[in-house]
Amino acid sequence: MKLRRSATPVVVEDPSSTSPVLRVRDLRTYLYTRWGTTRAVDGVSFDVEAGETLGIVGESGSGKSMLALSLVRLTPEPAARNVSGSVHVGGTDLLQLTERQMRSVRGRDIAMILQDPHQSLNPVFTVGDQLREALRSHNTGVNRRTANERAIQGLEDVGVPAPEGRMRNYPHELSGGMKQRIVGAMALAYDPKVLIADEPTTALDVTIQAQYLQLLKDVQVRTNVALIVITHDFGVIAQSCDRVAVMYAGRIVEHGPVDEIFDKPRHPYTRALLDSRPRSDVRMDRLATIRGQPPSLTDLPRGCRFADRCPYVVDHCRKEYPETVQTSGSHSAACWRVEEI
Amino acid sequence: MSFRRSTPRLLTARETPSLSGGSEVDALSDAPRSDDPDRPRRKWSRRRRGSRLPWVPLFIIVFVLILPAILAPWLTPHDPLRGELGDRLIPPVWMSGGDSEFLLGTDKQGRDVLTRILYGARISLIVSAVAIVIGTVVGSTLGLLAGFYGGIIDRVVSWLVDTFLSLPVVLLALVIVSAIGPSFITIISIISVTIWAVFARQIRGETLSVRESDYVARARVAGASDLRIIVRHVLPNVANTLVVLATLQVGVVILEESSLSFIGAGIPRPQPSWGVMVADGRELILSAWWLTLFPGLAILLVVLSLNLVGDWLRDFMDPQTRQGR
Amino acid sequence: MARYALLSLLRGMLTLVAVSIAVFSLSRLTGDPRDVLAPENLGAEDEAALTAKWGLDKSLMEQYLSFVGNALQGDFGPSFKYPEETAVSVIAERLPKTLELGLVGVALTLGVGIPLGILAAARRGSWYDRAARGLALFGQSVPEFWLAIMMVWIFAVQLAWLPTSGHTGWQSILMPGIVMALFGVAAMLRLFRSSLLETLGTEYVKLARLKGLSRSRVVWKHALKPGAIGPLTFFGSVAVRLLTGATVVEIVFAWPGVGLLAYEAANARDFPVVQALALMTSAAIVLMNLAVDLTYAWLDPRVRLGQKAAV
Repeated sequence: MKLRRSATPVVVEDPSSTSPVLRVRDLRTYLYTRWGTTRAVDGVSFDVEAGETLGIVGESGSGKSMLALSLVRLTPEPAARNVSGSVHVGGTDLLQLTERQMRSVRGRDIAMILQDPHQSLNPVFTVGDQLREALRSHNTGVNRRTANERAIQGLEDVGVPAPEGRMRNYPHELSGGMKQRIVGAMALAYDPKVLIADEPTTALDVTIQAQYLQLLKDVQVRTNVALIVITHDFGVIAQSCDRVAVMYAGRIVEHGPVDEIFDKPRHPYTRALLDSRPRSDVRMDRLATIRGQPPSLTDLPRGCRFADRCPYVVDHCRKEYPETVQTSGSHSAACWRVEEI
Repeated sequence: MSFRRSTPRLLTARETPSLSGGSEVDALSDAPRSDDPDRPRRKWSRRRRGSRLPWVPLFIIVFVLILPAILAPWLTPHDPLRGELGDRLIPPVWMSGGDSEFLLGTDKQGRDVLTRILYGARISLIVSAVAIVIGTVVGSTLGLLAGFYGGIIDRVVSWLVDTFLSLPVVLLALVIVSAIGPSFITIISIISVTIWAVFARQIRGETLSVRESDYVARARVAGASDLRIIVRHVLPNVANTLVVLATLQVGVVILEESSLSFIGAGIPRPQPSWGVMVADGRELILSAWWLTLFPGLAILLVVLSLNLVGDWLRDFMDPQTRQGR
Repeated sequence: MARYALLSLLRGMLTLVAVSIAVFSLSRLTGDPRDVLAPENLGAEDEAALTAKWGLDKSLMEQYLSFVGNALQGDFGPSFKYPEETAVSVIAERLPKTLELGLVGVALTLGVGIPLGILAAARRGSWYDRAARGLALFGQSVPEFWLAIMMVWIFAVQLAWLPTSGHTGWQSILMPGIVMALFGVAAMLRLFRSSLLETLGTEYVKLARLKGLSRSRVVWKHALKPGAIGPLTFFGSVAVRLLTGATVVEIVFAWPGVGLLAYEAANARDFPVVQALALMTSAAIVLMNLAVDLTYAWLDPRVRLGQKAAV
C-alpha cells in the first residue's frame, strides 16, 4: 500500500534560533477510566538541547513511560488524554498537530526506542522487512533497492556485524542486544532531532548494557541528536546523561546536571533513591529502602506527594504542593525545605 | 521437552500460550493475556467484590432453567406428558381463542406448552449437569495429568482428545439411536463422550502454562512433591478456567441436546425436551406457531444468559481486566 | 517443518483407524445386520448366501479387516435401502449439494466473520464493536434448527421473500447458508477481534506507529499477520462444526445433501451408507485439521524454521 505522504516535514526548523530542540511545558496527560482519573503526567516541564542527554529517572508508576508516550502522542486511547501543555520540537508544538501531521513527525523528527527488544520487533517479518519499512515510512521516493542499501548501512552504524545476513533473519533468531541495536537503527532512519530511549537497557544483559549505552553516545556525537534516557537505574544515568530529571508521582521533583544531582541531591526523594543503592565500597549490613509506597495516581494527596515517606516532612508539606526552587544555576528541586536539607 | 508444537485447532492445546491465548475459551475473551510467569492469579477467597454483576442473565438462568427444573411440579397443575384431546391446539392466552388456564397454548395432544417448557428445563439441566460433571472430572483429570507430566501420558491423552473431537457427533448419534433407540442414558453418554475432550484440551493447556511458571519452579526448588504442587498451585489456577469453561459448556450441551432431540436422536418422546417440542411443533408452524416459538425461545434465552455469565466470569477472573490495565 | 508434517500425518492416520474401529463396532454390535438386510421370509439358502457374501460368519476381527480393506478401495458395499446402488454411489450423488451449502457457509464465515472481527477490534468500544459482539453472542447462543424454522416462517411464509424449500437458485441457498454460517461467523468474529486486540496492544505495533505509519496500515500489516495465525487455526474447528452442523440444517430445509442422507439412512438402518458417511466425514475432519496444522506451521516463521517452543 503506497503511502500518500508529502515529503515536506511538518516540523520546521528555525536555523537562527538557539532555543533547545525539545521544549516541554506543563505537560499533563490524564487517563479517564471508570475507576477514576489517573494523573499519569501532571505538569512536567523540561528542555533538551541538541547533543545533550537528559535522563528521566523514577520508580515504576511515576509516570515516566506515559511521559514518553505523551511526547509522541501515542498514549493509549481512548482513556488517555493530553489535558494541557505543549511539546515544542524545533518551532512546532506537537500537541497542536492533527494526527496526520503527527504521523509525519513520528519517526522523522522524533523517534523512540522501546524497552523490551524481544517484544519490539514483529515476529512474523524479517529484520530487513522491518528496516526497509522504517526507511520508507516517510516515503521520500525511496525504492526498495535504496532502502535495502540504507538499511544495511544503518545496521553498520549501530554496530551490527555482517548486516547483509541479518537482514534476512527473523527476530527470534537474534539475541536481545542485537535486536535492540536493530530497533536503534530503525529509530535513527531519518536522523531524528529527538531520540527517546525508554528503559533501553533494562531488558539487556548487564554486559551488553554498557555497550549499548556507548552506542547511543556514539550516535549522539555523530548526529547531535537530543537524547532522552528514561530509566530507573542510576548506573545508566551516571554513564550516559548530562542532566537528570527525577520524576515522582507524575511530576518532576528535581532537575539538574548529573554531577550535582549525584553529589548534592536537594530533594528528599532523590536523596533516598541514591541512598538506597547497594554500595560496593562500603560495608552495608542492611540495604536502605524507602518505606511506604508511592501514592496512587488516581488518588493524589493535596500537598507534596512524597510527604508520607519523607524523613523531613513537616505539616506545611501536606497542605500545599511545594514550589520549585532554583538551588543553583541549572539545578532545581520542588521541596519546601530544600534550603535546610 | 521434545518438539511438539500442537496447534489450537479442534484438537490440541498449545504448549506455549503466547500468541492467541492458547485455547478457545481464552481466545474468545476480551482480556489480552500476558505471559508474565508471575502474573497474579487470584484464588477464590481473595476476589474483589463483584463489579457490575450481570443481573439479567443470572436472573434468566435462575428463573428459566434452575427454578423450573426443581420446582416444576409445584409451579403448574398440568401434566406435561398427557393432555385432554378436547384442549388441543389452544393459542396463547393473549390471542383470541386463548385460555388463561394454558398461558402459552397447548399442543396437538392438548398438553400445556408452558408446563412442558418448565419440565423441559429439568431435562436440559440434568443432561447438561451430568455431562459437565463427567466432562469436568474425566476431562480435567486427564488434561491435568497430560499437562503436568508430559511425555507419553501427554501424547496418548492428546491423541485421544484429537480422536474424540474428530468424531462426527450427529452422525454417530444417528447410528447408535437407529440401532438401539433413543434414551436418556444414550444421549447423556454420547454428549459426555465428546465433551470430556474439550475440558481435557483446555485444562491441559492451563496446566502446561502453570507448570512453566516461576512460582511452580520455586515450589520445586523448595522440595515440594508433585501432589503438593498440583494441589496448591495447579488446581487453584486451573479452577478459574474450569469454572468459566463449565459455564459456557452448559450452553453448548443444551444446544447439542436440543439439536439431537430435534432430529430424533436424543431424548425420546413424550418427554418434553425443548428440542423435541420444536420438532413436534414444526409441522404445525403455519397454524400453531406457538409450539415452536416458545421452546426455542427458552433455549435461546438460557444459552444466551449462560454465555453472558460465562463471559463475565472470565473477565472477572482475570485480574488485569479488573484493574483496568 | 517436514518432521512436523509427518508427525501430524501420522497422528491423523491413527485417528482414522480408531474411528474406523468405532464405526465398525457400533454397527456390528448394535444388532445383527442380517436382521436388517434380510426380509423375514428369506429361505435358509438365501440366508446362507447372504451370510457368506457379507462374511457375517467370520470372526469380528476378520470382518473388520475386510471392512477396512474394502473401505480403502472405496467399497462399502451396496446400500441396504437402494440395493441397486453402492453406498458410495448414493453418497456421491448427494455430496455436491452439501458441498454447495458448505461452500456458502465457509464463504460467509470468512467473508463476514473476519472483516467484522477486524473492524470490531480496530474500533474498539464503538458502535460497530458492540453490534458485532452482539451478533457473535447471538450466533453462538441460538439453536440452529429453531432459527432455521423461524427464518422459513418469517421470510418464506409470512413475507414470501424467499422460497420455503427447493434447492435451485441463489434464493434457496440463502437461508440455509446463513443458518449454517451463523455459528462460524460468530466464532471467527470473536476470535479475530480478541486476537487483534491482543496484537494491537503489543510493543511491536507501538513501534510500528513510532515509525510514523498510519493506524490503518499498522492494523492491516503489523497486527493482522501475527493476529490471524491463532484464529485461522481455529477455523479448522469451525469448519468441522459447519460440516457436522449441516445435517440439522439440511433436515430443516429439506436440502438433499449428505446430511439429510445420513438422517434417512440411519432411520432406514442402511448401515453401509451410514458407515461410509461416518468414515468419510472423519477423514474429511482429519484432513482439514492436517491442513490447518500445516498452514499454521507455515504462517508462523518460528515453527517453520524449526524452533522449539516459541518465545
